[in-house]
Amino acid sequence: MQNNILICGVGGQGIVLTSKLIAATAMRKNIPVMSAETIGMAQKGGSVFSFLRLGDNLSSPMFGEGRADILIGFEPAEAVRMLPYLRDGGTVIVNTHAIMPVTAALRGSSYTGTEMLDYLKENTGNLITVDGEEACREIGSPRALNMIMLGAAVRSSVLPFGIEDIEETMKITVRPQFVEMNSRALHFE
Amino acid sequence: MHKEFLMGNAAIALGALAAGLNVVSGYPGTPSTEVLETVAKNNDGSRYVEWSVNEKAALELGAGAAYCGARSMVTMKQVGLNVASDPLMSLAYVGVKGGMVIVVADDPGPISSQTEQDTRHFASFSKLPCFDPSSVQEAYNLIQIAFDYSEKYQTPVLFRPTTRVCHGYASINVKDNDEYYINTPEGFVRDPSKWVIFPKLSYNAHIHIESRNEELSSVFSDSGLNLIYAEKSKQLRKGIAANGISYTYVKEALQDTDSVRLMKVTTPYPFPEKLALDFLNGLDEVLCVEELDPVIERNLIFVCGKYHLDTVIKGKLTRDVKTAGENTCDSVRADISRFLGLEISGKPDVPPPPELPVRPPVLCAGCPHRASFFAVKTAMKGRKSVFCGDIGCYTLGNAAPLDMVDTCLCMGAGVNITQGIGKVEPDTECFAFVGDSTFFASAITGAVNAVYNQANMTLVILDNSTTAMTGHQPHPGTGKTMMGQVVDKVDIESVLRGIGLKTVVTVNPFKLGEAVETVKRVAAESGVKAIIFKSPCAVLIKNGKPAFIDEEKCTGCRHCIKALGCPGIVIKEGKPFIEESLCTGCGLCSQVCAFGAIGGEQNAE
Repeated sequence: MQNNILICGVGGQGIVLTSKLIAATAMRKNIPVMSAETIGMAQKGGSVFSFLRLGDNLSSPMFGEGRADILIGFEPAEAVRMLPYLRDGGTVIVNTHAIMPVTAALRGSSYTGTEMLDYLKENTGNLITVDGEEACREIGSPRALNMIMLGAAVRSSVLPFGIEDIEETMKITVRPQFVEMNSRALHFE
Repeated sequence: MHKEFLMGNAAIALGALAAGLNVVSGYPGTPSTEVLETVAKNNDGSRYVEWSVNEKAALELGAGAAYCGARSMVTMKQVGLNVASDPLMSLAYVGVKGGMVIVVADDPGPISSQTEQDTRHFASFSKLPCFDPSSVQEAYNLIQIAFDYSEKYQTPVLFRPTTRVCHGYASINVKDNDEYYINTPEGFVRDPSKWVIFPKLSYNAHIHIESRNEELSSVFSDSGLNLIYAEKSKQLRKGIAANGISYTYVKEALQDTDSVRLMKVTTPYPFPEKLALDFLNGLDEVLCVEELDPVIERNLIFVCGKYHLDTVIKGKLTRDVKTAGENTCDSVRADISRFLGLEISGKPDVPPPPELPVRPPVLCAGCPHRASFFAVKTAMKGRKSVFCGDIGCYTLGNAAPLDMVDTCLCMGAGVNITQGIGKVEPDTECFAFVGDSTFFASAITGAVNAVYNQANMTLVILDNSTTAMTGHQPHPGTGKTMMGQVVDKVDIESVLRGIGLKTVVTVNPFKLGEAVETVKRVAAESGVKAIIFKSPCAVLIKNGKPAFIDEEKCTGCRHCIKALGCPGIVIKEGKPFIEESLCTGCGLCSQVCAFGAIGGEQNAE
């Protein structure tokens, strides 16, 4: 049994931490895990991704197009950018809140993400949308986004563990003062 | 033995610790940086850890330690080895006593480097053994083996991971602390016939190196490090040779077929010739799957020539594998499918997406470099001027709308490139921009050269008190070391005055008016003069209150966006809008707005 997970978004959204949390949970459940992600120059406002693989007989930390079981997109355009990696029948979780790049602001274009969400709706069978901005407002912190997205991903039942497993890992990973907020974010629906 | 989820670089560090590492030195550079940082994080005080001023200093320090019987490791990125190549080439002749592993991380793509150079060539050029891991687990195991070979053969060895191994993560088996080897250095034993390089020593060493490498080629063939995988019962006519991360892509692609013989090359130098001969035996065709240069491919062609084999060797040289950039699971799958005559499968059919926004890397919101570049740009408006950049975050000053980096070559090069341009174009205002860490690494000598040789130029030091691009490592200007000591800083202004600059002005770039006036005044002077723009990296300081836009005053002219290109200002409903989660309250935009529409509690002015 193997699981290929792809998490993508924009630098600063907590993608790397999300990936680490899934990996640590797999470790606790004795599931072999590999991952690969963007590091370095591209982190500064650039597109960020994390490939994550769970299961036996893994060779490479990356996987090819058409092989992701689940795509967790923290930003609509970034989800579209990585959509070729989704396998037939794979699940997409997407945050509907778009982030405009500096270059778009310079050119005066107002990218809103709507066209990206429409494209996703037309081209994926299992699409779960999350209004990340609204959810963060309700939780009370913009930093809750990664747990909100992760909670939605776990509820889709594609990962080989449940919310409680992730929550357990989160409790030993994050600082005590953030545990409560992150718990609420994980369970947010 | 226990399991840990580790980054490749962390695995290299823990492997080195398990191998009895005594001394590690290096200079930060993606994708190598985390190796040394992980040693520092796991240091109980018994190992010496140093971010050196540059790779040359780091390698020389590691050599000295290894002369004493210490196990030393030196870390750098591939272009760092260019800087350290002078001591490397000589050290190859002199050799070491303790194990010495030089970790040089290559960067196919390149993802964050100037070149796609291949360190395996440096191995054959310097005649030093080279180890090339393909996975996180292998990196952990192989670094320990590398130390053993180094010590046994009394030679430094190269350890060459690439980005995807350095920055890949995996759950791997690692040793418990009580399984660690402890190395106690014997100390320096005086022996001028060994440690002092002279032509006679080099001649004798050369003879020794050639026979040692012949021996190593044979040893590596039988070592179990390089492997041949093949279905024994099958009469195979095609083979694939691969290394590093490409080897894992090949394994993924070959999951459903056993109709090919596979060779994994872990020691590209000395090349395991005997094993290669076994591999080639009976094969009609071989596809070489590797990144950067066709090293395995050329070696196999050499073996075919030497032994008169008629196996056809394919790869980059025959354009069966792309000649530049990273390999991927998909590119390797396609290359192999073509080679084996299989159908390429796996990609679902989806219509082309709408135009995707590009997200090039940009200077952070609140970055002091933006203010520095803007000040110089404003001061030099309408003047014939040239702006030479250097290596660091500030290379991003090349992007619109700042457009303030006219050249960038390699670490520290900007100073003397500026000097050269000034000699040919005396009517141009010449500026060299260099960061504080790069200044210490290799721009000081350039500054001495420019001053003594009567250049006319303005040296601009972008001093953000850290090595920001690679993740905030200390350098001589920061007053901290990797051993946790707080020490006297080396003061850049004093250094510049010490080498003969008469004018050195330090100014906060966020005080825009003062900064612009300073640039105008200093640029007008003759000779080499310096401006130090001093303001800490925005990532390291606590954000001030974000700026706000007075909607009544804002005319929507977007000058703030068009002048600065700060990611903290976006467009919402046709008008500039402050993205509060990004804004640091640096105050630059409020000084740029002609209508006084941007306000807030500012850090400067």
